[in-house]
Amino acid sequence: MGEEEKKANTKLDELLNLLGLTSNRDIELEDVELDISEIILQPSVLSSAALKGIAPPKKKAAAPPTVKPTTILEAPFTPFVQEYPGKIREVTLGATKSKGGSRGKPVTIGGSTTPAFYLFEQVPSNPPVISVDVFDMEVTLPKEIRTHVEDVWEDTAAWAKRAVDKWGAKVLTLHLLSTDPLIKDTSPAKATKTVEEVLQAVDVPLIIGGCGDPKKDAKVFTKVAEMAQGERVLLSSVTLDMEEAGVLEGVTKAAAKYGHLVLGFTALDLNRAKELNRKIADYLPEGDILMDLTTAALGYGLEYSFTIHERARMAALMGDTELQHPVLSGTTNAWAAREAWMKLGPEWEPRRLRGPLWETVTALSLLLAGVDLFMMMHPDAIRTMKKVLQNLMTKGEVKPEKIANWVNAKIQRG
Amino acid sequence: MTEREVKMGVKQLSPIDVYMLLPRTNCKECGEANCMAFAAKLVNREVSLEQCPPLLTKENEKAYKKLQEILAPIIKEITIGRGEHAVKIGGKLVLYRHEFTYHNPAPIAFDVTDEMPLHARFPEEEAIIDRVKKVEDFLYNYIGRDLKLDMIAVRSTSNDPTTFKSAVEEVTKVNNLPLILCAFDPSVMEAGLIAASGRKPLIYAATKDNWKEMADLALMYGCPLAIFAPNDLDLLRSLSKTIIEYGVEDLVLDPGTFPDKGISTTINNFTMVRRTACKAGDKLLGFPIIGTPITTWFGEKDSDEMLAWKEAYLASMLISRYADILIMRSLDGWVQLPTVIWRFNIYTDPRKPVSVDAQLYTFGKPDETSPVMLTTNYALTYFTVESDLKSFGGDYYLIVVDSEGISVESAVAGRYLTAETIAEAVKSSGVADKVKHKYLIIPGMAARLSGETEEELKNVGLPDWRVIVGPRDSSGIAKLLKEKWPPKEGEEE
Repeated sequence: MGEEEKKANTKLDELLNLLGLTSNRDIELEDVELDISEIILQPSVLSSAALKGIAPPKKKAAAPPTVKPTTILEAPFTPFVQEYPGKIREVTLGATKSKGGSRGKPVTIGGSTTPAFYLFEQVPSNPPVISVDVFDMEVTLPKEIRTHVEDVWEDTAAWAKRAVDKWGAKVLTLHLLSTDPLIKDTSPAKATKTVEEVLQAVDVPLIIGGCGDPKKDAKVFTKVAEMAQGERVLLSSVTLDMEEAGVLEGVTKAAAKYGHLVLGFTALDLNRAKELNRKIADYLPEGDILMDLTTAALGYGLEYSFTIHERARMAALMGDTELQHPVLSGTTNAWAAREAWMKLGPEWEPRRLRGPLWETVTALSLLLAGVDLFMMMHPDAIRTMKKVLQNLMTKGEVKPEKIANWVNAKIQRG
Repeated sequence: MTEREVKMGVKQLSPIDVYMLLPRTNCKECGEANCMAFAAKLVNREVSLEQCPPLLTKENEKAYKKLQEILAPIIKEITIGRGEHAVKIGGKLVLYRHEFTYHNPAPIAFDVTDEMPLHARFPEEEAIIDRVKKVEDFLYNYIGRDLKLDMIAVRSTSNDPTTFKSAVEEVTKVNNLPLILCAFDPSVMEAGLIAASGRKPLIYAATKDNWKEMADLALMYGCPLAIFAPNDLDLLRSLSKTIIEYGVEDLVLDPGTFPDKGISTTINNFTMVRRTACKAGDKLLGFPIIGTPITTWFGEKDSDEMLAWKEAYLASMLISRYADILIMRSLDGWVQLPTVIWRFNIYTDPRKPVSVDAQLYTFGKPDETSPVMLTTNYALTYFTVESDLKSFGGDYYLIVVDSEGISVESAVAGRYLTAETIAEAVKSSGVADKVKHKYLIIPGMAARLSGETEEELKNVGLPDWRVIVGPRDSSGIAKLLKEKWPPKEGEEE
């Protein structure tokens, strides 16, 4: 130990010299300015042996002071900010007439240069966007959602119009669920007709959802891509299963040929996400790719989704080009959680609030993890998200006096 | 800065660093095979230093102190309350959950005021005893875990020492939960501290005007102290420095929780404070952060229902963004359920696998007549089904299919759960040799696979097996079995 200690102390001396730990002046570390009088060295920065000499003597030298302060000691705050080598690509959904489509207002997402809503580093260039789910057939939905749409089951175009006119959807997701060979096995031609009707009924950008069967989806997407030439619809989604089934190339080529975007779906696995993105990029420009990393419902694995999104965003910002695609969340999955819809007893009522709050919390958690595009369904959840987004996008002006006396404030009961 | 450097806080502390400071006698008193194994567990925070008796002796005092230092979390761990009713806050080792794991789930405190009556005098009147009881009685069983609420925050709306004192006395009489005392007037606070003597409440709060008196009270009563500097991080940091030099060691930081239009400022302040503590090693900010979604009730006027709604989602956002403790108002079940579940989730270990082993599981003592059910190996799916089967009681076989850790609905959509994988799993489980019936209950979410599955079962050598479509949610299994088990020939579907 003696030899080691000596070595450590030499190392320590070097370090202290390096840091100029003799005077009380400012030094520059990485991109950060730190006041040396308050620097603490992370134990992990140094070997344990080097630690032996460090913190305690310094601490003891500084504190405890013999005289207690009588006025506030100024210690201004400097936020730790950093520059990231990477950036999320900007992607535009939908195209106007002049760009070869017929959409009224294309929507641009992505472009982030910092983790989500680090406004102290950079105000995001594009706000995250909400797309409203519409299906091409009657589907099993919790009562709280069903009541808003059950009169338009049979008329997909009317359903789409409602989402746009009544709920203010800026993007629509049209799920062609009926194409599932195990459900109605609707033909690609008929599904394409439905897409055409919706394109005519509304002028917002469209996301086209498949049924999950790789081969059938490939057929449907290819047909839809051709019909909707130039509209920049987002095909949701392509998977590694499609690659296995030998149909990925056809779909992505069709998307490229007719000017559309592609969403790559993987199940909570960044390596697979990267692999899929690489394969899509063989045929489609990188700027036309979005990722779905899987959204699990609150209480049903949301934390896995939250963490994979935080990891993906951080890796992308740190320079991993294969993850620098905007991210989509199928937030309506929140309703898969039984707590969103199940009768649990009177103390957990009313469900008309519990359900949409479930979707809201699922959405907000992923919003803070970096999601750029949300597929949502309940009008109250959508309304809340829009409001929060509006507030989050601007450096708010707050009046400290508004909450300064909250401790003494009496509750006004409404 | 690369991600590797970002992770250094925890990751670069190697078991060797810790091992070198341990007694290295391999005495096994800690229960581990040797000192190296104990060191590895220390680094992973799976054991505490105090589990090594030799380390606590006089001769190892220096090493013990050093180990305490190198293992100390970036965010100080602070205890509120005493004994079995104490709660620990902070103690965070990392900024991002994926860097390690978050420790000490943020406790949630609920307010009562010193002008509330102890008992309600008319229906609908808010009373201390009712609110305390609601906090104590809150219970939700989530995949086998009891989720609860944690603390009481007593606010002085009277601003009168005598009134506050008697309210705190009442509160301490009717429950044992850890307390936060909320008052800005030091004489009011002292009255409360006298009433709560021995309970070690959190003092809320020191401000630019009262910090000196509050710091004196914190020292005198041995309590942790919160610093309140709404949207003034310069002041927050200055007060932290000042109060530390004054001699108070346990601080809690409140940069202010602003509802409505202030959400952006709130989230940014919380993030800046935590990030500067974690990434720049700013010791003055290395303390737990307190979030107060309760301020929603003093912001824009709205209906109670809307205010509770706003409070709920603000709380969830603060749980995601670094609050180590919360003060809330709404005790409605629909508000607290997502809050406590999200809290539970985000504090779980991210290294924990997403899936369980795909194999045959048994519940109770199944025999040749017991039902055979099937689900996927996504951990949350499995635990939900497991918790339901256990709560129903009875004897079952449960085949867990490898769906690559995906839930039933997504696995069916993504073709991870197919007729083929089901048939293969049934066959390899060997359950066909354990029962004399030929019925398989599949999840309702996989209903559309039922016909195909019967075909596939034939192909794997299990002819005549029939598929019964179960409920879409496993909570309906009891009902299904009551109505359809044992199945009568010809009406199983």
